[in-house]
Amino acid sequence: MKVTLKLWRQDGPDAKGAFASYDVDDVSPDMSFLELIDVLNERLITDGDEPVAFDHDCREGICGSCSMMINGRAHGPELGTATCQLHMRKFEDGAHITVEPWRARAFPIIKDLCVDRSAFDRIVEAGGYITAPTGTAPDANLILVPKEVADAAMDAAACIGCGACVAACPNGAAQLFTAAKLQHLNLLPQGQPERWSRTVAMVDEMEQWFGSCTNHGECEAACPKEISIDFIALLNRDYIRAQFKQRRLAGQK
Amino acid sequence: MSTISLDARIPEGPIADKWDNHKFAVKLVNPSNRRKFKVIVVGSGLGGASAAATLGELGYEVELITFHDSPRRAHSIAAQGGINGAKNYRNDGDSVYRLFYDTVKGGDYRAREANVYRLAQVSVNIIDQCVAQGVPFAREYGGLLDNRSFGGAQVSRTFYARGQTGQQLLLGAYQALARQVHLGNVTLHNRTEMLDLVLKDGKAVGIVGRDLINGEVRSFSGHAVVLATGGYGNVFYLSTNAKQSNASAIWRAHRRGAALANPCYTQIHPTCIPASDDFQSKLTLMSESLRNDGRIWVPKDPSDTRPASQIPDADRDYYLERRYPAFGNLVPRDVASRASKKEVDEGRGVGPLKNGVYLDFGASIDRLGRHAIEERYGNLFQMYDRITGEDPYQMPMRIYPAVHYTMGGLWVDYNLMSNVPGLYVLGEANFSDHGANRLGASALMQGLADGYFVLPATIGDYLAPQLGSEPIATDDPVFSEAEAEVDDRVRALLSVNGSRTVDWFHRELGKTLWDNCGMARSKESLEQALTDIPTLRDEFHKDVRVNGDGESLNQSLEKAGRVADFLEFGELMVRDALHREESCGGHFRVEHQTEEGEALRDDEDFSYVGAWEYTGDLANPTLHKEPLDFESVKLAQRSYK
Repeated sequence: MKVTLKLWRQDGPDAKGAFASYDVDDVSPDMSFLELIDVLNERLITDGDEPVAFDHDCREGICGSCSMMINGRAHGPELGTATCQLHMRKFEDGAHITVEPWRARAFPIIKDLCVDRSAFDRIVEAGGYITAPTGTAPDANLILVPKEVADAAMDAAACIGCGACVAACPNGAAQLFTAAKLQHLNLLPQGQPERWSRTVAMVDEMEQWFGSCTNHGECEAACPKEISIDFIALLNRDYIRAQFKQRRLAGQK
Repeated sequence: MSTISLDARIPEGPIADKWDNHKFAVKLVNPSNRRKFKVIVVGSGLGGASAAATLGELGYEVELITFHDSPRRAHSIAAQGGINGAKNYRNDGDSVYRLFYDTVKGGDYRAREANVYRLAQVSVNIIDQCVAQGVPFAREYGGLLDNRSFGGAQVSRTFYARGQTGQQLLLGAYQALARQVHLGNVTLHNRTEMLDLVLKDGKAVGIVGRDLINGEVRSFSGHAVVLATGGYGNVFYLSTNAKQSNASAIWRAHRRGAALANPCYTQIHPTCIPASDDFQSKLTLMSESLRNDGRIWVPKDPSDTRPASQIPDADRDYYLERRYPAFGNLVPRDVASRASKKEVDEGRGVGPLKNGVYLDFGASIDRLGRHAIEERYGNLFQMYDRITGEDPYQMPMRIYPAVHYTMGGLWVDYNLMSNVPGLYVLGEANFSDHGANRLGASALMQGLADGYFVLPATIGDYLAPQLGSEPIATDDPVFSEAEAEVDDRVRALLSVNGSRTVDWFHRELGKTLWDNCGMARSKESLEQALTDIPTLRDEFHKDVRVNGDGESLNQSLEKAGRVADFLEFGELMVRDALHREESCGGHFRVEHQTEEGEALRDDEDFSYVGAWEYTGDLANPTLHKEPLDFESVKLAQRSYK
C-alpha cells in the first residue's frame, strides 16, 4: 500500500516549524506506524536529509515514549492503542495521514515530534510515592489488600505516562495522569497514612503546569491503556476531603 | 596495561551464613558522614532506580544519569511475567535453599554459588519492600498475595501484577527515587548518555556524558560509579529489547579496564511473536507465564494445512510434553527454545512464513473460562492481537524464540564491584547470578536485589576509607582528556558521510550474529562471524551516513555511537563462544551435545567464568579464568524429563 504523510518538522524549540509532505510506497499492512517512520527515515538519510526525530523505545505499548497525534487523534484512530502498536492494516491504501507532536503548552517541543514531558515527573516527585525506606517493610502478607482494591489500584497503576490525555484535552489538563498516579496509591491500605497530603501536593503541582479539567472526557478516549475518568472523580473527592482531613490530623476540629 | 587479577572476595563459612557474616564484616559509613560522598548511578531501570533511591535514603549524594526523558522509560518497564520470591506462601515445598538450587541448576552450573544463595535470601525481602511501596501485586480473595509457576521450577513462587510486573516494580522503584529527587538527595540528569568511564590512578572517578538535546559533552565526578545499564541483546539488532537498549556504557568501561565475563551466554526466549518481514524493528515478547496455561505444539504432519482449531489432538505433537514429561511446557528457556527451533528447522513450522510454533490456550479457556484467562493475561492477549491481527482467544498464538536476555556482562566480585576499584555493576549489566541461563522471573529479582539490598550494604566498604576526600575536580586532565576523546568520536561519526544508514549496518551485524552465534553455534559458523564482523566494522567507519550536526537532538548520531560499540562487542562475544568448547545453558555448540540433543557440559575443562581483558587489539583479548567451585550443589546433567 501507499500512504502520504503530512508530518510536522521543527528544528528546535524556538524554530518556526512547518508541515512537510512525504509519500511512502511499499507499505506493508503488517508494519507498525513507527516502522513506517523508520522506513521513511532510512530514505531521508540516504537522500542526505535529516531524519524525523521522534520519541520511541519499547515498541510494545508500555514505556510511554511514543507520542504522535495521528489525524488529530492522540496515538491515532484505534482505542486503547499506543502509536507503536498501531499497524498499517488500520489504514486505507492511499491514505493521507497528518502526524504531529503532542500539542500542549506544558509539553514544549524539542524537535520535530519530540516534546518535553518532564512536568509529569514533577507531579510524581511532589507526592506520588509511599514513604517506605528500603528495609523497613513488614512481611508482605501482613498487609491484606482486598482483591477488588488490588485490581482497581492496578487499573490506575497501568498508566504509562505518555501524555496522550494532555494532548487530547482541549484545556491541556493533566487530570487523568495525576488521578491515575494518585489513586493507585490512595486506594491501597499502604497509601492511607499519606493519602491527604499526597493528594494536595500532587494536585497543587499539577496546577502549576497544566490547564483545568472541565469534564470533556477526551482523555479517557485517547488513553492507550483505557484508564477510566472515574479516577478523576476519586481525585476530586479526595482533594475536597483532604482540606478537612488535614485540619483534623493536625489536631484542629 | 596491567594484568587484571580477579578476586571474587567470597566470604568464608557455610553458604547460608556468608551474606550475614559479610554484612557485619564490611566497613560502614556513619549516617552523618554519608552526605559527604557522591555516587554516580548510570541507568534508571530496576537496578539503577532502586540503588539510587536506597543510597539517597541512606543519606548519600547521588547523581542519576539516564538517556531517557524520564527514569520510568527504562526497559525494565516492559518485563511481563513476574518476580520470584522464596516465601513458600503456597506451601508446596519452596524455601530459600530450593530457589538457590533451582537457579544454580537453571544456570547450568555456571554461576557463582555464593552470589546465587544471597539472591535467594534477599528475594523474600524484595517482595516485602515492593508491597510496602504499593506495588499492586495480584491478590487472592482473602487479601493475601497470589502466586504463579514459572519455567524451571516445580513450585509456585512467582509474584505478579497481571502481565505487567516489570512495569509495576519499576514504578515502585521510580516512586521511591522521585521522593529522593524531591528531597534533594538525588539529582536527576535525563536525556544524558554516558559515553565514557573516567579513571584516575586506576580507580573509577566519574563518567563523561553527552546531553542529547544540545550535544554538550560534560563530565560527572564522584567517589564511586555504578553502572546499571542493562543487557546487550540488541547486538543482534532484532531482540525483545527496546530500541535504545545498548551496551555502550559497559563496553566503554571494558575498554577502560573492566573485565567482561561470559558474553557468549545469551538467552533466547522461547515465546516471542515471529518476525513478519525485513522492516521488523524488534521482536515482541510473549511472557513465559503464558506457558502456565498454554500448550506448545506443531501439527504432526508438516503438510497439514487445516486451521489450528480444526486439527484434533491426535494429529498434534505436544513436543515439550512428549520429550520432558516432568516439566512439560515449563522447561527452562534454553531447553524450550532449542526444541522449537528443531521443529521449525525440520519443516514443521506454522504460520504464513512457517517460522513459528503454536502456543494454544484452547484447553485452558475451556477448563477455566475466558474470564479467568483474561484476568491473568489480558494485556498480553491484547498486545498479540494488535501486532498480528489474530485473536488468541479464538486461535492459538504463533510464537518463535528470540534474543531476550544476556547473562554475560561486566565481571563483579561478591560486593558487585568490578575489577576496577570504585566501579560497581548491577542488574543485567553484570554477569554474576544467572550462570549460563536465567530462569524466568529472576531478572526482576536480581535487579532489585542488587539495588535495594546488596549495593547499599557493600558500597560502604569502598567509601569508608575515602572519608575526607573530595571527588576529583572535573577540570582535572583525566576528565578533559576523556571529554576530548568523546568529542573526537562524535565528530568522526558525523564526518564520514558515507552511503549507508546506521540501521543498515546494525541489521547486517544482527544477521551474521543470529545465523552464526545464535541458538546453535559451530566452529565454522563462529569463524565465519569472526570474518564478517571486522569487515563490517571497517566498512561502517568508512561508509556510514549520519546527517545533521552534534549540537541538537540527533537520533542517528546516538544510534551510530551505539552500533559502533556493538561492532566491537559482537566480536568479543563470538570469540568467547568459540573458546568455550562445551554446551551449557544458552551457549550451544553443535559439536557438544548429548544423544538427545541436549547441552553437553564439560565440567572438567570449563567450570569457570571466562572474563576478558581489553588489550587494545580486538582480535586478541586476554582471557582470565575464575574457577567455579560448587560446595553446596552437586553438579549433574540438567534433566527436566
